[in-house]
Amino acid sequence: MLKDITFGQYFPGDSIIHRLDPRMKLILIIVYIVLLFVADGLFSLLIGAAMGIAFYALSKLPWKLVIKCIKPIMPIIIFTAVLNIFFVEGDPIFEWKFISVSGKGVLTAVLMCIRIICLIAGSSLLTYTTTPIALTDGLERLMKPLQKIKVPVHELSMMMTIALRFIPTLIDETQKIMAAQKARGADMESGNIIEKAKALIPILIPLFVSAFRRADELALAMECRCYHGGEGRTRMKQLKLTAKDFGAAIFVAGGFAAVILMNMFGPEVFRL
Amino acid sequence: MSKKSFIEANRISFSYPSYEGEIPSLVLDGIDVSIEEGEFVAVLGHNGSGKSTLAKHFNAILVPTEGSVSVSGISTAEEARLFEIRQEVGMVFQNPDNQIVATIIEEDVAFALENLGVPPAEIRERVDDALRKVDMYDYRLHAPNQLSGGQKQRIAIAGIVAMRPKCVVLDEPTAMLDPKGRREVMKTVKQLNKELGITVVIITHYMDEAAMCDRVVVVDDGKIIMDSTPEKVFGNVELIKERGLDVPQVTELCHELRKEGIDIPESVLTEEECVAVLENLLKGGAQNG
Repeated sequence: MLKDITFGQYFPGDSIIHRLDPRMKLILIIVYIVLLFVADGLFSLLIGAAMGIAFYALSKLPWKLVIKCIKPIMPIIIFTAVLNIFFVEGDPIFEWKFISVSGKGVLTAVLMCIRIICLIAGSSLLTYTTTPIALTDGLERLMKPLQKIKVPVHELSMMMTIALRFIPTLIDETQKIMAAQKARGADMESGNIIEKAKALIPILIPLFVSAFRRADELALAMECRCYHGGEGRTRMKQLKLTAKDFGAAIFVAGGFAAVILMNMFGPEVFRL
Repeated sequence: MSKKSFIEANRISFSYPSYEGEIPSLVLDGIDVSIEEGEFVAVLGHNGSGKSTLAKHFNAILVPTEGSVSVSGISTAEEARLFEIRQEVGMVFQNPDNQIVATIIEEDVAFALENLGVPPAEIRERVDDALRKVDMYDYRLHAPNQLSGGQKQRIAIAGIVAMRPKCVVLDEPTAMLDPKGRREVMKTVKQLNKELGITVVIITHYMDEAAMCDRVVVVDDGKIIMDSTPEKVFGNVELIKERGLDVPQVTELCHELRKEGIDIPESVLTEEECVAVLENLLKGGAQNG
């Protein structure tokens, strides 16, 4: 049961998207999100959607992954759509008793749906194609300037790395503890929600104790290997921006320009 | 011997900090020991004898409350030179899971070098080299949880070897491993000593492992009670047993046979030697009968 939890949702592959520098990917995804919100009409937003589709095509991931990542937020999408359709005021195109639907409302709903879907699919693509460790690495390097204002960037990324490292270890341990408690007659399946939550206590406490013990030993082992924080530290793997990273940047910048041009000079229909 | 002492412990005593009103109990009680470069030393003792505490003094994880320890002439009390000491004397612990930091094997082996600020190209080279030395190069891109206990422990050793230390201290490295893992790790440790000339101090309570070493130091109740070759230490079966320790199975067998009046030389330590001696005896017996 616990084995099914995958942290991060990395799908191994060797596509151009997989091989992009994680820093570049992080920056581009932020630019892409901004782009989605800058687009103010259906046509400019479709440019954004097309870019998203192009990214997925390049990543060579199965298309059903898009559906997989959108499924959990479907209720939110529907909720937003319904709210927008019925509550945005404008010239009514449909009236029945107290319900009125405006053209503007429908347009807002459609735009919002496309925006949310692109947003989620885009950021999921980042985690689909980047290992958690590369992501942490990229984040550390991108946030390095923040060190000047005393943000403990290295410490945060070290914590992330260690957390990622110990997730499988602790999952194994949880299973062992569960088995041990069951062997002692612990009942974890029956009862209402409160009883079930209570049944977790005999699992969580040993897990906590052991996690602290592990932390203590790990700290000792790290000290033996001369760990003394981020100061004066080098890295074996150097991230290097290559031609494909600049290519991706140009592609996104081009998309951004196209969206702005469409906003300014595009057809006046389907606009907010 | 004209070799200079590499690690020198001079009358060291140690007690863990205690709460107010409590009498601190001495874990180490005036230990004098020196380890030469290139030696292969086992430290034996049962639980609570102070053997792990002693090991932690060898790379300045602990500093003695009395007496002094020096590594290559540097006193472990000199905080400014802590990293120099830890680079010279690496340490491997019991639980392989709790000493691997990174999610990818090669990144973990690189950890110490990254901490020391070694240039990236050199890290790469030393990591590959260390991984080859422990025979784990093919696994460099695996995740730690995909490996067996023995393999993880060898990665931990590689992480230390990458620092190019003069000495490796191993604190019960095989205690949590299955027999196969134990054999793998001991083979690697032996290689470190015999082929690379690294000084090895191995803390253990497996007598068979101690029998493989060149020198055995027996610690009991914070004191060194014996410090000699394995032949001499295990030759003294009665004293070892008196201290609540076991002797290797081979030694035990030979000891019992000797008590029965069968002539077996004292120097027999390994299974192979024992088999050879017994075979000889049996052959001789058959001829006589």
